[in-house]
Amino acid sequence: MLAHVTTFALDGLSSRRITVEVDLRRGLPAFTIVGRGDAAVRESRERVQTALINAGFGFPQRRITVNLAPAHLRKVGPGFDLATACGVLVASQQLAPSGLERWAVFGELGLGGELRHCRGVLTVAEGARSAGIAGLIVPRECAREAALVEGLTVAGVASLSAVAAILRGEPAPELPPAAPPKAPVPEPDLADVRGHADAVRAITIAAAGAHNILLSGPPGTGKTMLARRAISVLPPLTREEAIAVTRIHSITGSHVGDGLIEQRPFRAPHHTISPAGLVGGGRLPAPGEASLAHHGILFLDELSEFSRPALESLRQPLEDGVVAIVRGQSTVTFPTRFQLVASTNPCPCGHAGEKRCRCSEADVARHRRKLSGPLLDRMDLLVHMPRPRPGELENGRTTPSHEVLAEVLAARERQAHRLAGVGLTTNAELTPQLVRELVRPDAAAQRVLRDAYAQGRLSARGHGRILRVARTIADLAASDRVRAAHVREALILRKDDVLDGAVAA
Amino acid sequence: MTACDGCLRRTDLVAQLAPHVERGGRDRRRLGELLSLPDARLVDALAGERRAAVLHAYETFDAARARARLAAASMHAVCRHDTRYPPRMLDAGDAPAVLHVAGDVERLLVLADRDAPAVAVVGARRAGADGIEVARGLGRGLAAAGVTVISGMALGIDAAAHVGALEAGGPTITVLAGGADVAYPASKRGLHRELVRTQAAISEMPPGFKPYRWCFPARNRTIAGLASLTIVVEATERSGSLITADLAQELGRAVGAVPGPVTASRCTGSNALLRDGAFVIRDAQDALDEVLGIGVATAITGRRSDELAPPLRELLRLVEDGRDTVSSLAATPGEAQHAMAGLAELEMLGFLRRGPGGHYVRVP
Repeated sequence: MLAHVTTFALDGLSSRRITVEVDLRRGLPAFTIVGRGDAAVRESRERVQTALINAGFGFPQRRITVNLAPAHLRKVGPGFDLATACGVLVASQQLAPSGLERWAVFGELGLGGELRHCRGVLTVAEGARSAGIAGLIVPRECAREAALVEGLTVAGVASLSAVAAILRGEPAPELPPAAPPKAPVPEPDLADVRGHADAVRAITIAAAGAHNILLSGPPGTGKTMLARRAISVLPPLTREEAIAVTRIHSITGSHVGDGLIEQRPFRAPHHTISPAGLVGGGRLPAPGEASLAHHGILFLDELSEFSRPALESLRQPLEDGVVAIVRGQSTVTFPTRFQLVASTNPCPCGHAGEKRCRCSEADVARHRRKLSGPLLDRMDLLVHMPRPRPGELENGRTTPSHEVLAEVLAARERQAHRLAGVGLTTNAELTPQLVRELVRPDAAAQRVLRDAYAQGRLSARGHGRILRVARTIADLAASDRVRAAHVREALILRKDDVLDGAVAA
Repeated sequence: MTACDGCLRRTDLVAQLAPHVERGGRDRRRLGELLSLPDARLVDALAGERRAAVLHAYETFDAARARARLAAASMHAVCRHDTRYPPRMLDAGDAPAVLHVAGDVERLLVLADRDAPAVAVVGARRAGADGIEVARGLGRGLAAAGVTVISGMALGIDAAAHVGALEAGGPTITVLAGGADVAYPASKRGLHRELVRTQAAISEMPPGFKPYRWCFPARNRTIAGLASLTIVVEATERSGSLITADLAQELGRAVGAVPGPVTASRCTGSNALLRDGAFVIRDAQDALDEVLGIGVATAITGRRSDELAPPLRELLRLVEDGRDTVSSLAATPGEAQHAMAGLAELEMLGFLRRGPGGHYVRVP
């Protein structure tokens, strides 16, 4: 007899409906799975057979053929176990087929018949809803994640026998209660940072306008510490953003189980990372760090140590907010809308501007060349974090994150209001044309800009960057016009462009 | 404008023998002796196995072709026998036969007057931000007073002196170790382009010549020979700029040095010069007093800080006292906001410049 079970296969960040066909017939006992499965799918035979027996069902001594259709689609992972097991039960008439008209199933089986957590349950649930399926049975641990999708009945079950019960028409169990809120992990707070008032200010501006920022300074001055705290001054995720973040982290397996991710991700890949690790890739494309940092912060520590190809690969994600990976006939896109925070030494030894610096101008020029390129073009802010002078740390006051966050939220609101008409939300996204239209420097500010340009302190490209940053500074100051002081502050946070190149010209 | 056949042939010979000089003459004194030898003895001293080939090239030398190459590169040549050759150069026995000029040849012809003031500003390639700023200030102040600034376009001090002189619109002359039309070091090609466009680059070597190591000390003798005063800004004890100072002294020219901190290793050479009696040069005014006579010219200085609004003046004073980073000037983000706006204003007004690592440097 032939049985049909509906399940889903992950394909990038979406899922495709798969029909698992199970056929039983006379012949020497055999168990074959066809339909472009990977190793996990082939091994599925052993799990399914043992689980069925251990769960108290019979395993038919027949010739069993399982087909995962459509056959052209590559199928990965152990999530097909449950569908195969259900198909065998129906085909061997241990279960009536009627339940499978209503339910789709997804999950990995343990040898004892228990259901195990699987990657990508949120994506599977979204696929089920858009395929118009009424209910989805998933492992109990993933039930809350699947239930994030509205308009879909989700049954979270712990074992194969419970699945059979539901398919026989028994009511689905209640969703498991949300895990009790864990003792709040003390998030790193800006209040931990002593001194570096200008760097704290720059992080505030970066958060307010979603600007990418480069921290430059000798080793041990707190660049990494500050970067880790940049998350704490970003606005909370909206529900839509949180679902997008959860979807990606669920697929890569870095988020296990319990419902929605509510904190913005902070990703700090090591500098040995490959381009594929950074933007995603692999034979079956998987999201990279850039996507894992979606709606959060991607922190590249020691920017100049990253390989050139890795840095180059970030060009498209930074520009478009998505990365497209092409494999054969198919293209997979992953979202990559992150804020980039990077750190670097100002020169190879790190002590530029101090007596102990042993780098020649040529060394510094080489270092700078290594940094330059598409990535640096996307950095709106540069803040120097030189070694503090004696006494500076003791006298430095600290600013708690919640105070900064309040400023950031107010500034974001002003931006959202101004940009509502053009479909953007932050100043960092302003195109050159929108900069001209929407950033309105007053006469004094225009004079400062003109002077800076005339003195060779600004390139044409730097000009737009300064205006974007000045606009954010004005938003932080709740000012409709961009004033001279705002432009001056933006000038200090500019990158060393034309001017500092002059002596090296 | 061009040089006589004999001098062009001499230049070609030196270029031919350049790789041999590299083997023979690492010692500076020996280099001076070599370069003062007449043509035939120079061949004897250096050519070795290639003697026949070198002599053949020497005998069949075609001056017309050399002139054509110069013309093709839009360059001029001034030889020792020309009245327009800087007479001060002839004080040295090993003075180059020909000076090739890329750019405005007038810059060199000004020095045809024996008393024309010219100041060489030389120093370390690995210079500190202060030293760079001082060299730049010297270049600017001297050039603004009409004194030709001579240097070698090397990284660090040399380039900064040229940049300063360019800021004042010249005059400045760069003396190169390779061909005058070749930017060396290559990273200074922008500066070279600008110098050739509005000022002058000169070299004793023919156009297109790639320098050997001995060419740099040889170049230094031209710098010392052209200048009436040689100023060393920052130099370690092993620096090539000390060679220039030595050569200047041997020619009986004035030598000055900019004092640096006694604890700074990058200033040990320049400080030693001062102990040995070099003039103390603090700024362009000191240098002008030295070459033109006290009180003859007043260096144009930057705007005076007492014209500034009190908060800016206070901020400038703090930076001068060593609080040269934003974080050392501000304890809270609010203060940082004001400090940054103030620093930007001082930078735009020309009082400060941002140096490496976010340290602000006072512009002299």
